[in-house]
Amino acid sequence: MAVSKLALPATSGKSCKILLGLRLLALSATLSAAIVMGLNKETKTFVVGKVGNTPIQATFTAKFDHTPAFVFFVVANAMVSFHNLLMIALQIFGGKMEFTGFRLLSVAILDMLNVTLISAAANAAAFMAEVGKNGNKHARWDKICDRFATYCDHGAGALIAAFAGVILMLIISAASISRLVQPNKCCSTTASPSVVP
Amino acid sequence: MVKLTKRIGGLVLRLAAFGAALAALIVMVTSRERASFFAVSLEAKYTDMAAFKYFVIANAVVSVYSFLVLFLPKESLLWKFVVVLDLVMTMLLTSSLSAALAVAQVGKKGNANAGWLPICGQVPKFCDQITGALIAGFVALVLYVLLLLYSLHSVVDPFLLQKS
Repeated sequence: MAVSKLALPATSGKSCKILLGLRLLALSATLSAAIVMGLNKETKTFVVGKVGNTPIQATFTAKFDHTPAFVFFVVANAMVSFHNLLMIALQIFGGKMEFTGFRLLSVAILDMLNVTLISAAANAAAFMAEVGKNGNKHARWDKICDRFATYCDHGAGALIAAFAGVILMLIISAASISRLVQPNKCCSTTASPSVVP
Repeated sequence: MVKLTKRIGGLVLRLAAFGAALAALIVMVTSRERASFFAVSLEAKYTDMAAFKYFVIANAVVSVYSFLVLFLPKESLLWKFVVVLDLVMTMLLTSSLSAALAVAQVGKKGNANAGWLPICGQVPKFCDQITGALIAGFVALVLYVLLLLYSLHSVVDPFLLQKS
């Protein structure tokens, strides 16, 4: 039996538009998470002691790159938003390109890898933020959120955006996998898949 | 013949992933050390950190799931569902591993800017066991990524992958 290559043109059907909208949302969520966490910085001066009658002040900074988990968070969110940008560009400007079997598979695999990447980054940052917010009395680590409230708030906002990105990427990945199993799903009724013998 | 080899390969992969996740779970649960410095005695258990508790729970879920899928018959219609569940389990594994790794890194190196001291100096055996559990978790993750690709390959029409 001859090997049949299922070639279908990437037209814009209704579910294609939904997928495009989902990818745009995921792009904006992960990009905003990366930007908000990347610009997260707060400087404060505290009184650390007294010499005689004059108080000694010291300036402390809370930056995102003090914690490796947050650095990983920013880098991973940037990577996932770049992947989404690439996929959106492919969908909009690759109108004449035929989606052969291997291209569909690589989109599905890349989506799956990016789902795992962003879930890892969001979770690592979430647990580090939990330690920073509540401290850990067993390890004698003090919480820092009572002194750097703005830093913690911005970090929380970035985390919420990243978790929204996780859910969106999961839906997108499921849609890509279902496109593999049933190749007609994304295309409109006017386009018909052509089987090349 | 090829199909039988592929099926056996898939079963071996899943058994290995089940073993790795179970090993990570057991090693982390049995890590406990009591140390005393100055007049204070502290006991380090895995329940001290929320990330380690999440790691244990995630690996337990993955072990149970792998064990159940081992017995799934070949012609069952549930294999399409197994692809999605494999993706979810991979997500669970990677998120729990990275969370535990982030917290363990602070425990080993400390965080000078936040004034957090490393604890591995006081409880070295606890730290070693946590490291072992994390390595087993990483092995389970790699095996699960391979399993995900394998289930995708066995569900999707294989001719779609051949380039002529």
